[in-house]
Amino acid sequence: MGKIEWAMWANEQALASGLIYLTGGIVGVAGQFRGWEYAAFAVAAGAFVCLLEYPRSKRSKGTGVERTGQYCFTVCVKAFGPLTRNYYVRAFLHAALCVPGGFMLATVLGCVCLGIASLIYLVAAIRGEHWEPILPRKEVPKPAGSINKPPQNPPPRPPPETRRKRVEDLEGAAYDNAIDVTADE
Amino acid sequence: MANWIINNGLTAFILVVWMGINTFLFVWFYFFYDLGEQFFYTRHLLGSALAWARAPAAVLNFNCLLILLPVCRNLLSLLRGSFVCCGRTMRKQLDHNLSFHKLVAYMIALMTAVHMIAHLLNVEWYNNSRRGVYDKLSLALSNLEDTGNTTYLNPIRTISVDAQQTPTYLVFTTIAGLTGVVITLALILIITSSMEVIRRSYFEVFWYTHHLFIIFFAGLVFHGAGRIVRNQQNLKEHNFTFCKDRSDDWGRIPECPVPQFAGGFPQTWMWVIGPMILYLCERLLRFVRYMQTVRYRKIVMRPSKVLELQLVKNGFKMEVGQYVFLNCPAISQLEWHPFTMTSAPEEDFFSIHIRSAGDWTDKLISIMQELPEGAQGPKMGVDGPFGTASEDVFDYEVSMLVGAGIGVTPFASILKSIWYKFKDSNPKLRTRKIYFYWLCRETHAFEWFADLLQGLEKEMEERGMVDFLTYKLFLTGWDQSHANHAWVHFDEDTDVVTGLKQKTQYGRPAWDKEFEQVRKENPTSVVGTFLCGPAALAKVLEKKCAKYSDVDPRKTKFYFNKENF
Repeated sequence: MGKIEWAMWANEQALASGLIYLTGGIVGVAGQFRGWEYAAFAVAAGAFVCLLEYPRSKRSKGTGVERTGQYCFTVCVKAFGPLTRNYYVRAFLHAALCVPGGFMLATVLGCVCLGIASLIYLVAAIRGEHWEPILPRKEVPKPAGSINKPPQNPPPRPPPETRRKRVEDLEGAAYDNAIDVTADE
Repeated sequence: MANWIINNGLTAFILVVWMGINTFLFVWFYFFYDLGEQFFYTRHLLGSALAWARAPAAVLNFNCLLILLPVCRNLLSLLRGSFVCCGRTMRKQLDHNLSFHKLVAYMIALMTAVHMIAHLLNVEWYNNSRRGVYDKLSLALSNLEDTGNTTYLNPIRTISVDAQQTPTYLVFTTIAGLTGVVITLALILIITSSMEVIRRSYFEVFWYTHHLFIIFFAGLVFHGAGRIVRNQQNLKEHNFTFCKDRSDDWGRIPECPVPQFAGGFPQTWMWVIGPMILYLCERLLRFVRYMQTVRYRKIVMRPSKVLELQLVKNGFKMEVGQYVFLNCPAISQLEWHPFTMTSAPEEDFFSIHIRSAGDWTDKLISIMQELPEGAQGPKMGVDGPFGTASEDVFDYEVSMLVGAGIGVTPFASILKSIWYKFKDSNPKLRTRKIYFYWLCRETHAFEWFADLLQGLEKEMEERGMVDFLTYKLFLTGWDQSHANHAWVHFDEDTDVVTGLKQKTQYGRPAWDKEFEQVRKENPTSVVGTFLCGPAALAKVLEKKCAKYSDVDPRKTKFYFNKENF
């Protein structure tokens, strides 16, 4: 398991947890369960976690795959700078967000899942990983118009004296072309 | 359309049957719990959430039965072998086993969500009934004790726990609740580590986390042991229509004895025990196969970090285009990796070409590089062969084989086998002419295949059979330096890139031209086209086959075979 970037799995787990937290919260609020206030918090926290975790990080090795339409989320998350870049912050944030979920059954599963995501993020942070935004690559400029630019200089020719046709000495006037000019074999 | 039916009809049919069974189970059990008289009092406390929890449970039973079956690859091989009579289309369904496994997993996830939400509602309403929030009947039902001559209905027995925490308390003190939470957690971890991103990049995480399924099935079997969903046992003596409004008189009047309740017999184990045993056998068989001796006949390091292994194993029989799983305990005890075989069945060994493509392959290549001359390699476990054989290739008079990129590997096996059959005048081989199209971005890592073609080329020349195989190589990833190089060496006999007599062409093939040429050279034959490559190319070839096939049965006809090597 040498080259794994734990953050990738933490990200999947956190996104799933956010959804579960959100769903549990909705059930709690819609069913007017006892402790529905905790469920309402879970709805907000779950939605927030989903938005935070939706944009995938750029991988340090290899190419990352973006989630559909993640660019606007990337921009928002990037705006918070070091707060979102650092995985220690994320680990503690998820740990803090998940605690209120433990006070009510509907949100307990979301709480535990988010807690696990927090632990995986902690592992990622300890191993020095951090979040990098995936930004659209600038157009790579073509190598200086090798095909498009027409040649500036004429092809190398022998000096005019030898080029001029010497009618009196046709044999001597002949010279070898540098490149074979026969059309086909 | 006809082509779609031939290629996908059976798959579509199987999916329709599967969804049909799921729907049937859902609807049947929904109405069983929603209309059943023995559940009248239970429904009074829970409403339709009871049925909404039990219906997905039935679908879950069915799908948990199914999910273990597609991953028993040795069992599938056995089935494939015994289906030889039933046609290739049937056997090819077995190649889609992993797709089916994933589909069933999604269904399990969906049904778990529905089941869980319904039970959250159920627990909350049991709690409310217990505390007298609802009507008199609910309170009366909830108050039924679990003593000598009464049985309880409401699983929440105590009210001393704080009202908000009661549901959580119930979940963690009942078998059903505890196992439910544990297995749902296991399921979530399995699913998040199986996402494509994780699977492709960190296979180990996926594989080791996936073994949480053991906890999943253990918990699943015990999930119903607490018999927490209760139904009325004494319907004949206690008529609920008459007695439901007389809860004060229960036990005091002869028409209404106290209603008795009991939980249903747990059934999940009956569904899953069979597949669990089959899967256990599968793992044992893999272990037995792993213990069998595998001898190295030859170890060759090919250019571009490609390792060729020629192995011999007792009783190993393969067909063209099949693959094996390899395990090397020196590198990793638990990892098995699949490789397509590149040898022909006529040879007395089997060979694989392994490209450097990750941790495991890199380690293997470095171990082999450090071996002294002629020594045996590290212990290797081989499981297989698996996959539907591509025997159709031998049935056509003229074959067009198209291999793109890494898809060229099974063709090594096929071409070799065709050549052996041709030399031995094997009657199974009806092929008289082969057109082979090799498309790749770069020949890096495929030099060994070029060597194979060179060998075939030489043998064909010796026998004066130069016409048997026509091959064209298309380098789709050329750049200016390639063009310069070719331009300078254009008058040489052999190709600069591959060293073959056939010149490499640059860019993608002009299929119209190719099909025209094949048609011209074979005006009356039936041509089979086989592809191992991307789906986009499959669509193109399918269209061309249709376009260039002649309605006249005496003229050329093209048949496209969608192969899944």
